[in-house]
Amino acid sequence: MTEIWSYLTQGPLLWLTLTLAAFAVADAISRAAGRSPLANPVMLSVVILGSLLWASGTPYPIYFEGAQFVHFLLGPATVALALPIRDNLHHVGRAALPLAAALIAGSATAAGTAVGIGWALGLDGQILASLAPKSATAPVAIGISETIGGLPTLTAVLVLLTGMIGAITVTPMMNRLGTTDWRARGFAVGVAAHGIGTARAFQVNPVAGAFAGLGMGLNAIATAFIAPWALGLFE
Amino acid sequence: MIHALLLLLACQLAGETVSRALNLPLPGPVLGMLLMLGILVTVPKAADLMRPVAGFILANLSLLFVPAGVGVVAYLGVLHQDGLAILLAVALSTVTAIIVGALAFTAVARMTGNRE
Repeated sequence: MTEIWSYLTQGPLLWLTLTLAAFAVADAISRAAGRSPLANPVMLSVVILGSLLWASGTPYPIYFEGAQFVHFLLGPATVALALPIRDNLHHVGRAALPLAAALIAGSATAAGTAVGIGWALGLDGQILASLAPKSATAPVAIGISETIGGLPTLTAVLVLLTGMIGAITVTPMMNRLGTTDWRARGFAVGVAAHGIGTARAFQVNPVAGAFAGLGMGLNAIATAFIAPWALGLFE
Repeated sequence: MIHALLLLLACQLAGETVSRALNLPLPGPVLGMLLMLGILVTVPKAADLMRPVAGFILANLSLLFVPAGVGVVAYLGVLHQDGLAILLAVALSTVTAIIVGALAFTAVARMTGNRE
């Protein structure tokens, strides 16, 4: 038994399979909970896999050897976002001004308040630099974090946390605010909470999903300029 | 299917190459997305080609964030020490940014008479 275990832990198959299995279970729970924002499938998967790693004493790099095949698809997925953006390009032309306003306001708020609150709570410069790009999509945020002196792997975790918080809070918050425009709801969550917010928006409404994808794409570009600026405000 | 995958990866590859070669602040996949958008707009047939593959990937977008998310286990030490401050900064800024973004959109849409 231990022989089989040590054989399996040397290859990527075990943790790749378990990643898909954990997500299948998490997705089933999310569906059973009526897609409640609290039963976020990413968060549930992380809890399941984190517990498995802890229980089996497996270090993260060993896990990642298997999971990297899933992780790799983030790049092609970013490219694939061009399709929903293209399908909604006619909205963009008509809504150019509201989109520009929401992009600048949302992106500057996301980076500025993250660094500002972290600074006020006494976090050090390296953690502040890791926080600044956290609203951009993972591959983008990691690249920016590296450039401005943050910890890329910590940024990856903060990006995830941002996405989960955005996905969990957006629907109840927008309902309470009385914002019924799906374009505004989707775009705001795409700018502030990237792909996880976008995945959530697609669950709720197709127009919101397309605008979220657009917001995520545009904020990937905007954050490259806004994150260093926000960090500069508090250094 | 193969052609769609090829186009997807080729756009990303071109994006990575240009980003590195010109030392741009934009990551490769984002440039790849802009390139793909250009192709989809100029060649309407490409959109039909891409739809099944892009639809499959985007329908399962949440799954792709799981491996990085599990990385949180490697940061339990940092999070133990500064966890509350980091959590507050992330949570408050994300919630504020969503509200500010949505309000900015609806306010400007109302000013310019723009409707859904």
